[in-house]
Amino acid sequence: MNISHSWLKAFVPHTLTPEQLRDLLTAHVATVEGLSRTRADLAPFVVARVVESEKIPDTKLSFNKVDDGTGTLLEVVCGAPNVTVGTIYPFARSGTLMPAGFTIEKKKIRGFTSNGMLCSARELGLGEEHDGILALDTDAAPGTPLLDVLPLSDVVLDVDVLPNRPDLLSHLGMAREVAALTGIAHRLPEELDTLAPVPTLAASGASEASVGGVTVRIEDLTGAPRYCAVVIRGVKVGPSPEWLVKRLEAVGSRSINNVVDATNYVLHGFGQPTHAFDLAKLSRQTVVVRRAKAGETLVTLDGAERKLTPEMLVIADADRAIAIAGVMGGRDSEVTDTTTDILLEVASFSAPLVRATRRALGMSSDASYRFERGIDDVATGEMSRLCAGLMARLAGATVESVISVGAAPAPRTAVSLDAARVSRLLGDSIPATETRALLTGIGFAMVEASAGVYAVTPPSWRHDVTRDVDLIEDVARLRGYDRLPDTLVGARPGTVPDHPLHVVSVRVRDALTAAGLLETKPLPYTRSDDDSLVRVDNPLANDEPFLRTSLVETLSRRAEYNLSRMQGNLRLFEVGTSFIKDGAALVREEIRVGALLMGLRRPVHFTEPQPPVFDAWDAKALAEVMARAAWPGARVALVNPEGEAAGALTPLWRVEVDGTRVGVVGQLILDAPAWAAATFGIELTLGEMSAAYVAAPGTHNYDAPRPAAAAGAPLRYVPLPVTPAADFDLALLVPDALAAAEVEAVIRDASGDMLERLVMFDEFRGTGVPAGKRSLAWRLTFRHPERTLRDKEIDGRRSQLLKTLEQKLNVVPRTA
Amino acid sequence: MTLDDFTSACSALAAEAPARIAAADSLDAWTAVRNDLVGRTAGRLTAIMGTLGEIPKEDRRVAGQAANAVKVELERLLDERQAELATSRGAGPQIDGTMPSRVTWQGARHPVTLVVDEIIEIFRELGFTVALGPEAEHAWYNFGALNFPADHPAMDLHDTLYLGKDTVLRTHTSPVQVRTLQAYPPPVRVLIPGTVHRRDPFDASHAPAFAQVEGLVVDEGITFADLKATLSHFARRFFGAGTKTRFRPSYFPFTEPSAEMDVSCGVCGGSGCSVCKQSGWIEILGSGLVHPAVLESAGLDSTRFTGWAFGLGPGRTALARHGIPDIRILYDSDVRFLEQFSR
Ligand SMILES: [Zn+2]
Repeated sequence: MNISHSWLKAFVPHTLTPEQLRDLLTAHVATVEGLSRTRADLAPFVVARVVESEKIPDTKLSFNKVDDGTGTLLEVVCGAPNVTVGTIYPFARSGTLMPAGFTIEKKKIRGFTSNGMLCSARELGLGEEHDGILALDTDAAPGTPLLDVLPLSDVVLDVDVLPNRPDLLSHLGMAREVAALTGIAHRLPEELDTLAPVPTLAASGASEASVGGVTVRIEDLTGAPRYCAVVIRGVKVGPSPEWLVKRLEAVGSRSINNVVDATNYVLHGFGQPTHAFDLAKLSRQTVVVRRAKAGETLVTLDGAERKLTPEMLVIADADRAIAIAGVMGGRDSEVTDTTTDILLEVASFSAPLVRATRRALGMSSDASYRFERGIDDVATGEMSRLCAGLMARLAGATVESVISVGAAPAPRTAVSLDAARVSRLLGDSIPATETRALLTGIGFAMVEASAGVYAVTPPSWRHDVTRDVDLIEDVARLRGYDRLPDTLVGARPGTVPDHPLHVVSVRVRDALTAAGLLETKPLPYTRSDDDSLVRVDNPLANDEPFLRTSLVETLSRRAEYNLSRMQGNLRLFEVGTSFIKDGAALVREEIRVGALLMGLRRPVHFTEPQPPVFDAWDAKALAEVMARAAWPGARVALVNPEGEAAGALTPLWRVEVDGTRVGVVGQLILDAPAWAAATFGIELTLGEMSAAYVAAPGTHNYDAPRPAAAAGAPLRYVPLPVTPAADFDLALLVPDALAAAEVEAVIRDASGDMLERLVMFDEFRGTGVPAGKRSLAWRLTFRHPERTLRDKEIDGRRSQLLKTLEQKLNVVPRTA
Repeated sequence: MTLDDFTSACSALAAEAPARIAAADSLDAWTAVRNDLVGRTAGRLTAIMGTLGEIPKEDRRVAGQAANAVKVELERLLDERQAELATSRGAGPQIDGTMPSRVTWQGARHPVTLVVDEIIEIFRELGFTVALGPEAEHAWYNFGALNFPADHPAMDLHDTLYLGKDTVLRTHTSPVQVRTLQAYPPPVRVLIPGTVHRRDPFDASHAPAFAQVEGLVVDEGITFADLKATLSHFARRFFGAGTKTRFRPSYFPFTEPSAEMDVSCGVCGGSGCSVCKQSGWIEILGSGLVHPAVLESAGLDSTRFTGWAFGLGPGRTALARHGIPDIRILYDSDVRFLEQFSR
């Protein structure tokens, strides 16, 4: 909302500077986002006195000496006929940018040098007058800034008015607040002191009335509770006076003509949207407020043809719609230069209906903006008097009659306020007398219903006050948030445990960053050509309307983005939400962790100019790190991925924790250039995020099962060995079809309790190893807890083990 | 054996020894030289001193002094040479210590996570825990339970992505306020981090999905003064001890009174600059006392319990803190950007 500093001053004669006003409103009312000066383009202009002047022969030009306050008289050539010695004029020095967009430069004219320009009103953008330069009636010293001499400039405050306070969408509304905060009473601006008399009619309750041949009828009293029509005849449509043009210009509203400007003056000054119809164009001099007919259309003021539906409220004459109620007038009944008779509409329309209509039409106007937030519906009569009176005066016309239909709004419901609760909520002792003074200061009526408890009735312009806390907010802000105490005091510990998925996510994130991975937070949307994904009903752009299921798919797109920027060494991860389409519940959400590996396993070092690239074994190891971080103490196994669907990733292993599937490790196929290394992905599900109702509205669920805290017995200490170990190596010829894990299982089983460690340290194919087999080598470490193992015992175990391997698996040592 | 014989033997040894000591080019050679010169068993000086008894009694004192002087001198030379050899011992091939160390890849948290983690850390000191909730949310939790008037311009502040008639992508983390209050009895002191969605274009200053952190306190006797005190404390911990805060009226359907909190501009210190749009203040978060209707949505007695809540966007904070000019950089995941946040 644009608030003009000078217009506001006409409502409340305060002495605040624009900056003080900005700070006052921001602290107590609504945030002022910025200050701007109107006609800032005139800031470089000064006033100057013509000291000497002579005609240049055979031209219309004069050669002048001008005092611009610099101490040196300037030579200036002027084309105007009215240069008068001793008179003060607006002056543009050389280098000044003119409102028309060109710069005044020093130049030679007919052999005379000109060091600037004496300006006409038109050259300054102050009107169409161009008979000559603008003589100023002022005592100001030459060199004084022009804006200090002419009251042309105003300061506009850009106020961020939030949806709960539509009463602030006018200068009157702001004036009420400033008056309460400064203690200076507000009044009607002087320009409204002498208005043509207009009778103010009380609401009759009737839905139809006729006066002097003009009929007004409301067919939908819910949509339009009140409608005042003022008939004004003998209108002379023409330009508005300068004061009105300036008022409107300051708030960003262009002057159109005296009739339309009067309606805009009431809109921005008082917050009441009104509309002027050309009465002659209304069929049978009739106005009907009704629902639109199916198929009805209307060309609105902006020239667009609107298709109307019966859900919309329109103003119609006897034949057709002439305006969309509360939104915009029609072009055919618009006031034009030839209009002589006017029907002025001052009405109140249903906020939800105006909102629904303008949304259905995809349009908005100053009027709809105010109607859908709520106007002062008690002020309709007063607003017709002001608007019609002003219009009649400006257009030299006569107010013929006022037709009022509809009912007066129901009186506002009082809100009960316990004065003690004000102090209790704000944490400061606030006397009831102060609460009363603050609230009555902005129009509330207060009656003490019982000791310390008040019935507080909001003024008609406030629609946001329905509970005591709304009143407490008004007390707090008028008093000043900054005047309330802010002492930090102790608090009782809360009952809510950390959400287990937060705890797990943090652990996994820490493990991954420690492992050298970089966290990403990409957009969770994706494209899709099937309907297996959750679709957004109303996506803004149609390129990514689906919610992703797979995190590694999102990471793959980010990897491609990096590749397109020549970055091929990637270690990315994300902890985020996977959206899974779920018939009954619509969406099932899982918190997952996804990781992507591509490129060099280590940075280049002078000892290793070409480090190896990440391979499947790195991915497997990282998956183990992730799973152990997420489920400490649990048994992590990476197993054959049989049955895993290939999606964004070609599965290499399924990840199981205590026998339950938690995710998958695999290779990713990217849209990648030839130089890119193989890409591996890991995706684990950390847990499900339930979207079920915790409890029915208005109830608790305190007894429902809570997510258990991460259980697990504390780790037990294993005593350090006090006896020496003995070890030997086994190199076995293992058929390709036989899994290494099976061989390990037999080794462990046959070795007994004393096997402390089993490490595979080599795989070899080639010379000496038959085709279809590989040589796998293990080192076995044995230890007896109490004594040293004898060589014979170890040899015995080795022979026994080889025998068992041969019997059970037909696996023999490589050397045999 | 005369005194002359004795002293000339000493002098001969003293004359020959320095060159031999200097010639010892390793600790082994030095040991051999030392044993040969002054060794206790086979040393030549030891042997000379062994002849002292053969010298006439009256000359023995002088002879002893001469031998001792040689011994002191030889031992000094041997010590010096040993020290020289020791410093060059084990040098092997030369190392240029200025060459780079063998580093591994460095991981990093995302800059938005860094902000969220820091906020959580500060509030943990004040006894807050972390609550979470779903992103695909019932419209009731997202709007109705939070006192949004149906079909009201307040809804225009939340451009919503719908998944169905009554399911939305949550537009703020506030639904978790009601979920938490339904599940746990007061006192409740929680932080709620999470991703929220708006029907916004993806441009330099908007993203359709972004992080939010919400805080909620509900108990008996919670006041606006508690809100101001806690949030001002947070501002001083997060932005620096000298940070000033300012609270100004605002509007959120789920808080009443509502307040926007600004902090004094860290760039200009409050005198006004382009960062703070000449106001001296930077807008940080929205807050307010929990609206009684929200407490009632969760089945709490709003005459007994009160509370306060706040919400802020860590993404904007990260942009401001690191001078990142375009919000899309946070989402692009360019490794050269992410690596800048390696610890
Ligand atoms: Zn600043």
